[in-house]
Amino acid sequence: MSTAEFAPDGDEHEPIVAPPHKVYPKKVLGEFRRIKWGIQLFTLTVYYLLPFVRWDRGPNEPSQAVLLDLQHRRFYFFFIEIWPQEVYYATGLLIIAALTLFLMNAVAGRIWCGYMCPQTVWTDLYIMTERWIEGDARDRIRKDAGPWTAQKIREKLTKHFLWLLIAWWTGGAWVLYFADAPTLVYKLATFAPGCGEAYMWIGIFTFTTYVFAGVMREGLCLHMCPWPRIQASLTDEYALNVTYRYDRGEPRQSVKQAAALRAKGLPAGDCVDCGQCVAVCPTGVDIRKGASLGCIQCGLCIDACDGVMEKVGRPPRLIGYDTEMNVKRRACGQPAIYKPIRARTVLYAALIAGIGGFMIFTLATRANLHLSVLHDRNPLTVKLSDGGVRNAYTIHVANMNPEPRRFVLEVAGAAGAQMEAVGAPRDAEGRIVLDVGADQTREARILLTIHGGPADRKPLPLEFSMREIETGRSVTARDAFLWP
Amino acid sequence: MSIDRHETNVRIDPLSGVSTTGHEWDGVEELNTPLPRWWVWTFIATVVWGVAYCFVYPAWPTASGGSEGFFGWHSRAAVEQDVAALQETRAPILQKIKNAPIDTIEKNPELLAAARTVGKVAFLNNCAPCHGAGAQGAKGYPNLNDDDWIWGGKLADIQSTIEHGVRWDADKDSRSGAMPAFGRDGILTPQQISDVADWVRTMADVPDALAPEPAGEKVYNENCAVCHGVEGQGNKAMGAPNLFDAIWLYGSDKPTIVKRISQGGGGVMPAWKGRLDDTTIKALTVYVHSLGGGQ
Repeated sequence: MSTAEFAPDGDEHEPIVAPPHKVYPKKVLGEFRRIKWGIQLFTLTVYYLLPFVRWDRGPNEPSQAVLLDLQHRRFYFFFIEIWPQEVYYATGLLIIAALTLFLMNAVAGRIWCGYMCPQTVWTDLYIMTERWIEGDARDRIRKDAGPWTAQKIREKLTKHFLWLLIAWWTGGAWVLYFADAPTLVYKLATFAPGCGEAYMWIGIFTFTTYVFAGVMREGLCLHMCPWPRIQASLTDEYALNVTYRYDRGEPRQSVKQAAALRAKGLPAGDCVDCGQCVAVCPTGVDIRKGASLGCIQCGLCIDACDGVMEKVGRPPRLIGYDTEMNVKRRACGQPAIYKPIRARTVLYAALIAGIGGFMIFTLATRANLHLSVLHDRNPLTVKLSDGGVRNAYTIHVANMNPEPRRFVLEVAGAAGAQMEAVGAPRDAEGRIVLDVGADQTREARILLTIHGGPADRKPLPLEFSMREIETGRSVTARDAFLWP
Repeated sequence: MSIDRHETNVRIDPLSGVSTTGHEWDGVEELNTPLPRWWVWTFIATVVWGVAYCFVYPAWPTASGGSEGFFGWHSRAAVEQDVAALQETRAPILQKIKNAPIDTIEKNPELLAAARTVGKVAFLNNCAPCHGAGAQGAKGYPNLNDDDWIWGGKLADIQSTIEHGVRWDADKDSRSGAMPAFGRDGILTPQQISDVADWVRTMADVPDALAPEPAGEKVYNENCAVCHGVEGQGNKAMGAPNLFDAIWLYGSDKPTIVKRISQGGGGVMPAWKGRLDDTTIKALTVYVHSLGGGQ
């Protein structure tokens, strides 16, 4: 028998995305459902409680472990403090996040979608609430099709109220990441003035949570999310995916027929066409039709099918995490092969380790000090009355430590240059000294004058350095000295 | 499957299950897909919003001015409110600048930064048209970044120049000093002017200057030294520029110098006292002084 005969329905007219129909996911119990509950509990707990975790950074510094302080332009993440000029750390985190997604995808398909994506987590929470109030899928279909009774109205109102409550709490937790959480909670609860922006964001996130998790659900995965499209080009024949093992399941037939065939020693498919895998699917996919853009790989159909297989006395995992290649290999009598370590996964892992390692290294060795130099653009150079040439620079020094520091400014590369700083007199040793307050930035105007200079009038490359007197640590910034 | 198109144009597309509009081009048919309901409602809502907006905010021109809107909101009033709020925010630091003696401002980093910011804004609004956005100057308008000051580069000198202007007749304290028109008024002959121009260019080390002319030195000593000094160092009291340095207000080429000697005169700068408040002038003075040439 060739594999082609077992191929999923080759209906060429099947639309890529099915026209919308309401999905009523049925309750299911089993191994993957338990994993999903566990991850859901963990992610939601982290989301709702993280803003309340404290982290002592000393006086005059916020004591919130994770804080995005937009007002003062600082990001705090446990022991890490990010200044605006260091947003490349955020870029690095995003690159690592993307690569992690690629790696997860190469190893086990769209498990992000199925277990950790906020859309999945909140939709699951909403479906759970819905099931609790209105009953399981069959009850809901019956009630929705039936007339509006007092009970139906009461149930719908309760459901939407609870949904809005969850949405409101979700939006509320979001704003806590942007201000001191306990203080903000108190201010919000007492309607203190100046919280208008927080209320607005809570409103926006209440609305979006309610619409995304309550109304749109799988519609967002099917029609709005770019990941299924990207994922299709990243996956390969070795990636584990939720797969219907059609080599074992086809042809579908009743339990009796299959038993009769097996009694005669003939092969018989295990799929009894009960449709439970479709009934429990939150995105309304029929996994038996093969890999699908709509499948978020949450594994609930595996649980549903395993339950049925147990009842009909057949081995579990007619649907399971498997590769398309293995199904075909088994159909041809070849052994299944699993290869989680291959060029693709090794490359992703190496890139993640490399970028992560580089970020940790730069974080650990950064000087907590930043210097930037800006050459005056207008005029670029100034001719002095005695024939000397002057260039002016504006320097910004950021002291990222929580205590004041004193620095010496030096410049290398311009032999014989006289340096002056507007408003910064020299100390007894003739050095230009700048005091920068705790956690502050200071600006200074630097004037560099050269008499004579090279005959070719080529720009001189300069290196400004800011050296901390106490520790000797320094940072540098490059610029150039130009001629008229 | 196919229905006679002459009988009815409505056909159900077998793939999507949607009726067609009956338009067909080379076998490609247009589906009669209705606009999504949410889209239609959003559209209606925006129309309602747009109409309501026209009544809530000032919108309609009338003979006497325009509709006021339901809440009397006005963009000019909103700007005035913003300006007042801004002035309130700036008041403390402006008060400090106002109270501080001008010599002490540059020694205080906080006041210096504030004065430079306020001064820069005032400079761009009032001074940049002549002196340039970076105070780099132009022909006839001094570069304020260099160390050559016609009327003095100390804080007090700069402040006085800004307050009273240069050759500004309306202000009796204005800087004044007149260079005679040596050529136009027939004080010197063209030959003498040419000689003295060569001599000044030589003394100032202009690269293409001709060999020194003794006649030029004589003309200089008799006519120019009284204001510009024997050493060419100039005189800040009467605004006579230093002639033997590397900086030239109008240019160092010979025709330009000849023209200046022949026609005399000098540039004009308005008096800013009264147009700008004292605190702004103070900040402006500090800004100009801190550009690099301040003495």
